[in-house]
Amino acid sequence: MTVSQTSFGSHEPVLDVKNLTVKYIGDTRSTTAVDNVSFSIGAGEVFGLAGESGCGKSTIANSIMRLLKDPAKIAAGSISFGGKDVLAMSQGELRRFRWQDVAMVFQSAMNSLNPVLTIGEQMADIFTTHAGYSRKESLRRAAQLLELVRIDPARLKSYPHQLSGGMRQRAVIAMAVALKPSLLILDEPTTALDVVVQQEIMAQIKDLQRELGFSVLFITHDMSLMVELSHRMAVMYGGRIVETAKAHDVYATPGHPYTQALMGAFPPLTGPRIPLMGLPEGVKFQNIPDLAEVAPGHFVAPFDADAETAVFEGAAQ
Amino acid sequence: MSHAVHSPARPNVSAHTPALEVRGLGKSFHTGGLFSSQAVRALHLVDLTIGRGEIVALVGESGSGKSTLARCVARLEKPSEGEILLDGVDVLKRDRFQASRAFRSQLQMVFQDPFGSLNPVHRVEHFLRRSLMIHGKGGTGQGSEEQTRHRLEELMTTVGLQVDMLNSYPHELSGGQRQRVAIARALAVEPEVILADEPTSMLDVSVRIGVLNLMRKLRDEQGISMLYITHDLASARYLADRTAVMFAGEIVEEGESLDLLANPAHPYTQLLVSAVPDPARAGSYDPVHRATLRQAVMASTTCAFENDPDQRCSSGEPVRHQVGDPLNRHWVRCHLYRPRAGAGGHALATEPLPEPQPAD
Repeated sequence: MTVSQTSFGSHEPVLDVKNLTVKYIGDTRSTTAVDNVSFSIGAGEVFGLAGESGCGKSTIANSIMRLLKDPAKIAAGSISFGGKDVLAMSQGELRRFRWQDVAMVFQSAMNSLNPVLTIGEQMADIFTTHAGYSRKESLRRAAQLLELVRIDPARLKSYPHQLSGGMRQRAVIAMAVALKPSLLILDEPTTALDVVVQQEIMAQIKDLQRELGFSVLFITHDMSLMVELSHRMAVMYGGRIVETAKAHDVYATPGHPYTQALMGAFPPLTGPRIPLMGLPEGVKFQNIPDLAEVAPGHFVAPFDADAETAVFEGAAQ
Repeated sequence: MSHAVHSPARPNVSAHTPALEVRGLGKSFHTGGLFSSQAVRALHLVDLTIGRGEIVALVGESGSGKSTLARCVARLEKPSEGEILLDGVDVLKRDRFQASRAFRSQLQMVFQDPFGSLNPVHRVEHFLRRSLMIHGKGGTGQGSEEQTRHRLEELMTTVGLQVDMLNSYPHELSGGQRQRVAIARALAVEPEVILADEPTSMLDVSVRIGVLNLMRKLRDEQGISMLYITHDLASARYLADRTAVMFAGEIVEEGESLDLLANPAHPYTQLLVSAVPDPARAGSYDPVHRATLRQAVMASTTCAFENDPDQRCSSGEPVRHQVGDPLNRHWVRCHLYRPRAGAGGHALATEPLPEPQPAD
């Protein structure tokens, strides 16, 4: 019995991250990339993690997959998946856990395809390795997968370079959902793509999610995209979560000045032109306190009023 | 202040002469081997005008030719045909082989990657001082060092950096700060036109809007004209007075930014606008509508202006139809005019429907 079967459809969170702290240990100094972060993702829920480069969002994804390499070290906290302690898993358990329970689509994943193998060989490999199907059966299932993301199954014989960027990205997403994982981690899945392709891929992920019912941890810096796709979201800054709430609450009433700055970075497409403000150069939030509930289900880290003024002054300059 | 930030008025130039005008610009890239006669047409008959103190955005997806246009206008690439008029003077005729210093002092570029465009071994001061010296803007004779120093400090303040950052190396600055240095370097020359090629796409999202605000401020205070090249329609709408949409090396629609994004007339513009994520917009992705739009882009059989007696349609010539109020200067290329075979960009290539059959 796999974890996915036990946790599916229950009200238990699929993934529960508690007080996670990840450090990058250096010879002379260490950096805390993720600092005491907690969140959980329910069954069938899309949870967004927003923030910009270096805020620790990818480190969290890698921690969940247990992919962290030296010098990164999980210093404290726990990650439980369907009631199982991920951090205590053995290599054998991890092998089953990855891809079968949790699959991940990496940033610029379309470049992660092996250029010397056909798409079909790479997709069939998932089934022969993880599910133990015969080669013929694996190829049949690979064809089904491609159809799922609306790519012609004849493309199984194509090499990655023969597909466009969008098709490659879709193939990678199809591979991620091949074993019907209960959690899919998407780390900036559309960053390298044009906006039209991006929208189609996001629509496809939504369809797949509705069809297969998996939960999603969606990582991006594009707030508009995140609000469109996610049910709940958290905004990260400097390894800390500064705000978490339902996506539309964050969009409607962003509480933290950093969230406001992130929102401001994406001007609206309708309405009059309103001057927006970003984060002024050099403004840093330090020693971010723990979250406090400002409205039901809406948590914001208390901040210095000075920092907020700085944001507004920065916009005025 | 001894140094006026404004460029001195140039003689014999009417106030109505646009700052930059591009006429019938074309660029083909030779492909294949040495003896091959194959070419990729990156730009074809591009007409674009940027008025004084105007910000024009050029949008399109990757591969649409917008960067090639910028590189041609900046004289980093030799156009195959057409004219580039700066202050009413055809610079391709004036400086036949390469850009002259006079040209460079009129037009400057800000590139996409502030990590690559600043030499890591020099301090910020070096970049700005060099610009001032080469173009003779640093002052001459007695007290010139003082003048230069004053100008350096002025430049730093203008772009919103601290004066003591003149002593910093690029690696000590954040991406946004580096891009501001790149803008200051362009400003040092006191140009009339700045070409900014995706100036914010490599920056952290939270500082992007700050750079856009800076560009707007430079336009408002110093009257610098700008060509803002981007794939981000929302930022084009935010910054630019007018927006031009590029598809397959040709401009298919142009108009006042708010009007263009509110009433996109060309199917390609509609495709782009509908794809931008916007939580404020109701309704979601409709694959059928999308397929119709693609079909309309690649092989349109109807044009919205077909029954308009004042605006003749043409499938052979790139006829421009006026859209809505003439005040918005919003035009769209006749939909019947079809792009060349194989011109479909990335967005159109992924369509799993049967390949549309282009006419030519």
